Amino acid sequence: MKNILTIAYKELRSYFTSPIAYVVFVLFLILCGYFFSAILFVTKEASLTGVAYNMIITLLFLIPLITMKLFAEEKKLGTLEILMTKPVKDFEVVLGKFFAALSLFGLMLLSTLVYVLILFKYGNPDIGPIITSYIGVFMCGMAFIALGIFASTLTENQIISAVIGFSFVLLLWILNWLAGYVGESMQNLLNYLALSTHLDDFIKGVVDIKNLSYYLSFVVFWLFASIKAIEVRKWK
Amino acid sequence: MIEVKDLSKKYGSFQALDKVSFKVEKGEVVGFLGPNGAGKTTTMRILTGYFPPTSGVVKIGGYNILEDSLAIRKMIGYLPENNPIYLDMDVEDFLKFIASLKNVAKEKKPKHLKKIIEVCGLDEVKRSRIKSLSKGYKQRVGIAQALIGDPEYLIMDEPTIGLDPKQIIEIRELIKNLGKEKTIILSTHILPEVSVTCSRVIIISRGKIVAEDTPDNLENKVSGVAKVLLTIKGPGDSIKTILTGIDGVINVNILKMHQGDLIDIEVESQKNIDVRSKLAQVVVGNNWHLLEMRREVLGLEEIFLKLTTKE
Repeated sequence: MKNILTIAYKELRSYFTSPIAYVVFVLFLILCGYFFSAILFVTKEASLTGVAYNMIITLLFLIPLITMKLFAEEKKLGTLEILMTKPVKDFEVVLGKFFAALSLFGLMLLSTLVYVLILFKYGNPDIGPIITSYIGVFMCGMAFIALGIFASTLTENQIISAVIGFSFVLLLWILNWLAGYVGESMQNLLNYLALSTHLDDFIKGVVDIKNLSYYLSFVVFWLFASIKAIEVRKWK
Repeated sequence: MIEVKDLSKKYGSFQALDKVSFKVEKGEVVGFLGPNGAGKTTTMRILTGYFPPTSGVVKIGGYNILEDSLAIRKMIGYLPENNPIYLDMDVEDFLKFIASLKNVAKEKKPKHLKKIIEVCGLDEVKRSRIKSLSKGYKQRVGIAQALIGDPEYLIMDEPTIGLDPKQIIEIRELIKNLGKEKTIILSTHILPEVSVTCSRVIIISRGKIVAEDTPDNLENKVSGVAKVLLTIKGPGDSIKTILTGIDGVINVNILKMHQGDLIDIEVESQKNIDVRSKLAQVVVGNNWHLLEMRREVLGLEEIFLKLTTKE
């Protein structure tokens, strides 16, 4: 446990010693600010529904940029050898990096709470769906991070890592597009596997254990795959 | 104690290590010597638990690397090849990070780090970003991180590579001092390094150990004949035949004739017979002038070349 925190703390700090975190953070806020004000002007409605959908699309692009360096950089610099020959377990390294990316993402999300304050100051929004939207976006972003980390273990090139991460996330996001054209059992499977279908309930204001467990198992699966991927060196 | 038995490693079809066995006793400084690609780095990565061997047993301090990798990693300080370190961190933060991973107790940490920073001469750069440091300082940071947690065993892959001569001397001095209390394995392909720092040498070539001994013993083992170099003033033609007649002399070569009858001669003799006093007697007895006489010592370079280019 201590090792996980040590690694998470170190990674989180290193986000802020490189420009990546600042660039991603600032662009995220600019985009979300634009979505918020544009949607508010058009709908004149004190809700975050539209913003939440747009926010998650933005994150689809940005989260692979947060996760791309986590293992790719270590592989490129060779520092993985320093790290893995210290008395740490492989899963501690993966979890440490996961929590670092999750914390950065959490900070990004927290800074959008100012929109909620604005809504409350000038309108009378329904707090329920806003809270569940945040839970949904957080869970979904967490799933993106886990997949992004896996992409980062595959290569020592950060750009390739980001491209793989983004493509995988996007593919899993739109997996249900074909659902209307295939047989019923296949349709259910595609709908279940797609990342996007599980977010709808959250944004409508419903927290379903089914959706929570989907995102959590998605995270566990990809983190497990990441642990196995950094163990590949041992099989060669 | 480090015990390695029948260690083999294959990368695909490439046999990087082939049944390598050796032992390193507590307190020894052992030099791993070999040309590039001989298997030094592979051996070190296996010893430090970075990846497992294809077959063979590694025991360090009684623990088996396959079963108790974590216990072994606690006792080892490792400087990997090319000294990979987190360039974006500053020196002190980096060392603190390593200290946490190495489970250095919180209350001991400041004192421990201070001592290591002092020993490695990093005091003036401890707040600098590692990226901005010179190669010599980076290397010291690499050694410093290996020393954290006061490990019993130090494994260093080419600790002096890429340094300037002054830095090399400093690092060697540092390793020598560390060797007083720690068990050290270091690899290098720079020969003088081993004779300066190591009590024992293991020469490895193409994944196999080709020789293992003290630097002095290796020398004796490899050279089949003893050589004496002479500079004599005298008649060139007769010298050769007269010297060849001395008991124990196998061969006499005239290396170079200088102006004024000065001749450089190489005398090869049987290994166990010291022919020097006889040579001197003969030279003086014939009224030649003996200007110089010395025994040629086979350098590690030659031993190394002989052993690694056998086939």
